[in-house]
Amino acid sequence: MPEGLRVGYFPGCTLKTDARDFESSALAVARVLGIEVAELSRWNCCGTVYSLDAVNLMPRLASVHNLIRAEEEGFSEIMTLCSMCYNTLKQTNNLFTSKNNGRAAINDFLCLKPGYSGRVKIYHFLEFLREKIRPEQVKSLVVSPLAGVAVAPYYGCLLLRPKEIAIDDPEKPEILTPILSALGAKVIDFPFNNECCGAYQTAVHQEAVARRAYRIISSAQSEGADMIAVSCPLCHYNLSALQGLVRSTHPGLKAMPIVYFTELMARAMGLDYRTEIGVIPQDVAAAEARLRPSPNDPGREALK
Amino acid sequence: MKIILGNSHPQSLFAQRIEALSRQKLFACYQCGKCSSGCPMAESMDLLPNRVIREAQLNNGPVIMSCRAVWFCSSCFACAVRCPKGIDIARIMEAVRTLQMLDGKPITEQPFCEDTGTLPQIALISHFRKFNM
Repeated sequence: MPEGLRVGYFPGCTLKTDARDFESSALAVARVLGIEVAELSRWNCCGTVYSLDAVNLMPRLASVHNLIRAEEEGFSEIMTLCSMCYNTLKQTNNLFTSKNNGRAAINDFLCLKPGYSGRVKIYHFLEFLREKIRPEQVKSLVVSPLAGVAVAPYYGCLLLRPKEIAIDDPEKPEILTPILSALGAKVIDFPFNNECCGAYQTAVHQEAVARRAYRIISSAQSEGADMIAVSCPLCHYNLSALQGLVRSTHPGLKAMPIVYFTELMARAMGLDYRTEIGVIPQDVAAAEARLRPSPNDPGREALK
Repeated sequence: MKIILGNSHPQSLFAQRIEALSRQKLFACYQCGKCSSGCPMAESMDLLPNRVIREAQLNNGPVIMSCRAVWFCSSCFACAVRCPKGIDIARIMEAVRTLQMLDGKPITEQPFCEDTGTLPQIALISHFRKFNM
């Protein structure tokens, strides 16, 4: 186990409510991997989306506040679990590392001297695992391998685009493959794994988002996936909660369990992470049925 | 009819405003259509993304100011990473949204979905921030 791996942690709103299982499973996994995850003592909403308006800098301030706090607390690296937080914080941080971008205006407005440096490195947990943890380390901790489970990793948009902040190839992402392989799962590549799920349009244009969900889920199903692994609470919501709506137009669609990749890691490592909130019952039941270890599986018992 | 393209023309007010808001080179677009072919929300749009850019190049104010397509853009940046001319089309869509809002257009023409109570916070907050700023 590596020594002294410490990283600041920016949770974001949804990880504390709807996506609590994502947080609890990720923290459980990080603990056994020897990563000390230190939550920022103060944080506020990251803004959820990066403003694309080149003139108005105000929408970026929420993220800037978090970055300043991270620097004040002495973190040179912070990590997020939510893809939207990652994208927003990273794009905001990039404002401070390149020229002619409003950096001076923001520092002036916030009366900061010498100003935020831009030196905090923003990681998504997946990127952190790739850079700091070898797949063999993950594999050595697996007690009930996901043998025979076909998992389709779904990346969505915000980990891959725009190019400047991509954690992997935007057109052919594979960052989850080594992790899922280490867990013993069969990794399913499918063409919609980097396509947008419709994101926040779910608040007003649910039919349009349901059409996206249908395309993504049916594509994964046609490649033989048993479940889809995601890394974003909004993708999770759109792909799982809208399945009922999808079925009103496509009654033949089979239920597809949507799980966070950290939940799969925690399950395979025999870690107890389940919380009460943020669980969509039919989804969990379907996932559990697929993941239930065989009665003679010694791994899970050993950890109790 | 003679149409002059270019943002230096005195009549190209919309093109100038969009370029200023987005800091993108509107006139670099040569209408290959790659943005529209890969757009996840294209089927819901009244004007395809490349058409929005074309109308902006032509300084067609009424079409730009009434197009609903920009409200379906989910800023996934698929167009931006694929554009052979390096235009971030998502920023142009945001600029058109901003222009429409500055013009006092109804911001959200459609009501929220019925089950807002089950929406995760990020859905609501990002929606408010994209469409109500």
